[in-house]
Formats: sequence, C-alpha cells, structure tokens
Amino acid sequence: MSDFSDLYQDLILDHQKNPRNFGDLPEANHHADGFNPLCGDKITLDLKVNGEGVIEDVKFKGSGCAISKASASMMTMALKGKRTNEAEKMFHEFHDMVMGKEEKVPADLGKLKVFAGVRDYPARVKCASLAWHTMEAALHDENKVVSTDDGVDP
Amino acid sequence: MKTKTPKRNLQPRRQSGQRFSGVGKPKKPLNVEKIRKDFPILEQKVHGKPLVYLDNAATTHKPVQVIKTLDRYYREYNSNIHRGIHLLSEKATAAYEGSRLKVQRFLNAADFKEIIFTRGTTEGINLVAQTWGSKNIGPGDEVIVTNMEHHSNIVPWQMLCEEKGALLKVAPIDDSGELILEELWKLLSVKTKLLAVTHVSNALGTVNPILEIIKAAHDKGVKVLVDGAQAIPHMKVDVQELDCDFYVFSGHKIYGPTGIGVLYGKYALLDSMPPYQGGGDMIASVTFEKTLFKKPPYKFEAGTPHIEGVIGLGVALDYVAQIGLANIEAHEGELLLYGTKKLQELSGLKLIGTAPRKAGVLSFTLGEIHPHDIGTILDRQGVAIRAGHHCAQPVMDRFHIPATARASLAVYNTHEEIDALVKAVRRVLEVFG
Repeated sequence: MSDFSDLYQDLILDHQKNPRNFGDLPEANHHADGFNPLCGDKITLDLKVNGEGVIEDVKFKGSGCAISKASASMMTMALKGKRTNEAEKMFHEFHDMVMGKEEKVPADLGKLKVFAGVRDYPARVKCASLAWHTMEAALHDENKVVSTDDGVDP
Repeated sequence: MKTKTPKRNLQPRRQSGQRFSGVGKPKKPLNVEKIRKDFPILEQKVHGKPLVYLDNAATTHKPVQVIKTLDRYYREYNSNIHRGIHLLSEKATAAYEGSRLKVQRFLNAADFKEIIFTRGTTEGINLVAQTWGSKNIGPGDEVIVTNMEHHSNIVPWQMLCEEKGALLKVAPIDDSGELILEELWKLLSVKTKLLAVTHVSNALGTVNPILEIIKAAHDKGVKVLVDGAQAIPHMKVDVQELDCDFYVFSGHKIYGPTGIGVLYGKYALLDSMPPYQGGGDMIASVTFEKTLFKKPPYKFEAGTPHIEGVIGLGVALDYVAQIGLANIEAHEGELLLYGTKKLQELSGLKLIGTAPRKAGVLSFTLGEIHPHDIGTILDRQGVAIRAGHHCAQPVMDRFHIPATARASLAVYNTHEEIDALVKAVRRVLEVFG
C-alpha cells in the first residue's frame, strides 16, 4: 500500500463495501437528506429517538464515494444508544478532527478516529462530514436538504 | 434513444471543408520533450511523484513565452490603453490591439472589429444572451441547446427564456455521446431563434459536425452560437468557413492566461446589438441627456480591460500557431487512440463518450468505484485528473451516472504519461479489489 493508505484504510474500505444500518426506518421520528454537489454524494438519514432523548435506532440510504459511504455507515454504528447531546458532541469532535482543528485526535471517538487521515485531503473533508451534517439537521428537524456547498462549513 | 455501436477508430478526422492551419500537413512527430521544456510547471513533483497533468480540459499550463510576456508587461510598459498620450500607453495600446489582430488571424475572421475580449467563454455566452438575446427573443420563441452542453451554454439561455417567456429545447445524444442529428433537425422550426451548440463536448470529447449543423440552422433562418472552449486548443477553427454567427472561447484553455476570452460575432449582428455593460471606453460621448456608444468591438468592452491577459493570449496563440494545429491534432489524436486502447484493457473500466470523432478527452467510470476516490488515489501517485460532473450534469443524467473520472490531453502530454495514468488506475483497482 502506498501513501494513500492513511485515507483508504481497511476499516473504511470494509464499511464502503458492506455498509451497516443501510435501509429504511419506518418508525423514525427524525429525518434529513444530505447532498454533496461536488461529488454527487446523496444520503437520507432516519433516526428514532425515544422519550429520554436516546437514539434507539438509525438507518441511512444513499450513494456516493467510499469516504462518504463509510463515514455514514460508521456514524450509524456510533450513534446507536447515545443521547442526542452526546451525538452533538461527537459531531463537533468529528468535525474538528477531519478539519484538522485539533492536533490531538479525541480519544472518545473510538473507531471513528480512522477518519483522522482525511485532514490531509482537503478535497475530501466534505465527503467525510456529509453524514454528520445530515444527522445534525435531522436532530434539529431542519426541513431542508443539507448541502455541503450551501454555506455549510464542513 | 438510438443506440450506435461505438466505432473503435478514434483518430480524429477532419470535417469536410475544414482546413488545417497554414502550416500544412504534419511532416514529422512533434518534439514533445522540447515543448515540455517550455512549461516550467511540468518539472515539479507532487506527493513525491513526477507530475502527470491530465486535467487540460479544465485549464492548460502556460509556456514560458506567455509567462515572460506578462512579466515584461508589468516591468516595462504597464499602462492604461486607448487614452494615454504617453509612450507607455501607446505601447500597451499597440500590444493590446495587436492581440486583437492575432485573434482575428487565428480564427480567420473577416474583420478585427468582430473580435471582442471577454472574461472567458461564460461571459461571451452571457454577453450574447443579454444583448442579442434580449433584443431578439420574445414570448413563444425557442432556443435550442444540446444534451451535451456545459452548464455555461445552458444556464444563460434558461435564464433568458424564463425572463422572455421563450422555450428551451434540447437536442438529444446517443449512447456513444454523439448528437442525434435527425432529432436536432426536427427541433428547428420557424419558432427557433437560436441554436447554441458546443463544438467539442468537455465531458465526452465528442466533436460535433458544426459545419453541417450551422448550415442546416441557417437554412431555417436560425442563428448559431458555437461554444468553442474545448475545440480551440485542439483543431483549426475558421469562422468564415463555418459561417457561425457567434463563436466563443477562453484563453486559459489554449495556454493563455485566465480571465481572458474571446467572443467572435459577425459584424452586422454585433452592430445591431445593444451594449452589454455601460462605462468608460465604450462610449463616443456622454452627457446627462444622452450617451453615444462606440462601434463594435469597443461598444462591448466597458472599463479598463484585462490588458496583460489580452497580450498574453496573443502570445499563446502565436505559440500554438508556431507548433501548428495540424501537428497538435495529430499528436493528441495518437495519444487519445493509445489511451483509449490501454484504458479499455482494464477490468470494469467503461469509457463514457465513444463517438467516432473525439478530441482530447478520456472520460470513464470504474465499476462501482466513485470517481472521486479514483481522483484522490491518482493524485497521490502524481496523476492529476478531474472527477465529477464536469459542469455537465445533463450529460451525467443521460448516462445514469453521478460523475466520471476524466483525463484530458494537451500538446505536452506523452505516451509515458498515459502509461502512468493506466498504472495509477490499476492501483485503484487493487485498493478496491
């Protein structure tokens, strides 16, 4: 493997090939669509949040590049069982990590740390963060398509 | 949709009646190594690998002759044009207007007054839409574009049609990326005011038979604007022979500076058009009661123009003419053929755009692998390509794909660089294997 292995790691390639939590969630009570005009990445995200503010289930559908698909897949795994405020915190940590804002990668991101390499690929930051922006919009019930080219700071 | 079996012979052929530049037929292969020495940017390494630049349809690099011209302009005779009474201004004016004559000769336009400097192809099209279009297109009229247009040859017409209550019609393309001419002919009617068509598709590489298309449109009294952005660096264009009403191109795609382009228009048309922007340099006289405008081309060049860009473009056109478009066409045609053959040997690779006549573009998909992943992995191996919809989303929709990876050629590209591209694509297949 040559020097793009920091981005295309086995874990990412595995998730893009076999995305987890892929499909519809009929009992969802939060939903949002995301779009990355640069790549044409599309994602729809369904979340079921219970009365205690815990994300009971989450599913996504869509098409896109390996980075966006793997990011969405791994995000869904990370979100299940989390409280919405924890999800928001993860969003900000993930965002700062892929933007390279923090030198140190936050320890509590777990497997999501695999996306730390994205910071060295500025053209791909939006691919990695699309699912997370969509999740943020879904939790806030923003009735619009999230676009990474629409003033959203990735 | 009509389906055609793609022909394998991709050697560019000349359109009947289309002449090569004055240098005659290519005599011997280009000395590409010598040409490459004119492009200092090509010497560098990216990500530790020699740069293989195959994104020429987006923009070409600049030869040292152009770079030195820009430097010299600012060091020796930077000055405003057309109004100075001092030596520097006279020099700048002479160089600026000298470039207009160079463009005229390059396009074989009948008169230098038919050459208008713009910011680029996009501005040239918008200029025609907002002046000629605004005056001549009304409710119920029709404008025809094709399915293979760049957004810049769609959106200005869409905006105009919306404003005027006119209708935008689209001529379809087949599975090889060729225009379906019979369908285009059917669209031409008494309602049609303008046909806006690209000479060469930026996403597919298809070369359209514009000579035939222009003639058919004129037979119905329809004016024709040709988007020449992707044709101008690759083949000889003779606007008198084509008899097009408008021809637009960008300087930066033909080894010139960014921010400068050309609109060619037949003089009678230009003369009949209202001004584009108001301001200095486009007026004959101004009072608060009445302003008299200059004649074309100056009527359409308000404000201090991109002086060094115009001068640099002139030098870029000299550079191309010196190599000879026939030689460039032969060299790039050979590379296109070689690249087509080599890429098609890769499993899962599908060329998008397999028309019999192509220029400069190898657009492809690779199974389920997204073009942006291809682009990133190629970049890390030093190979610069474009991945995306290429500002031609209707082309992507036509082929039911979100994007393609696109390698595009220029005079300085080599067979070894095609090999490097193929090798890099093989690595993509390994990563996603």
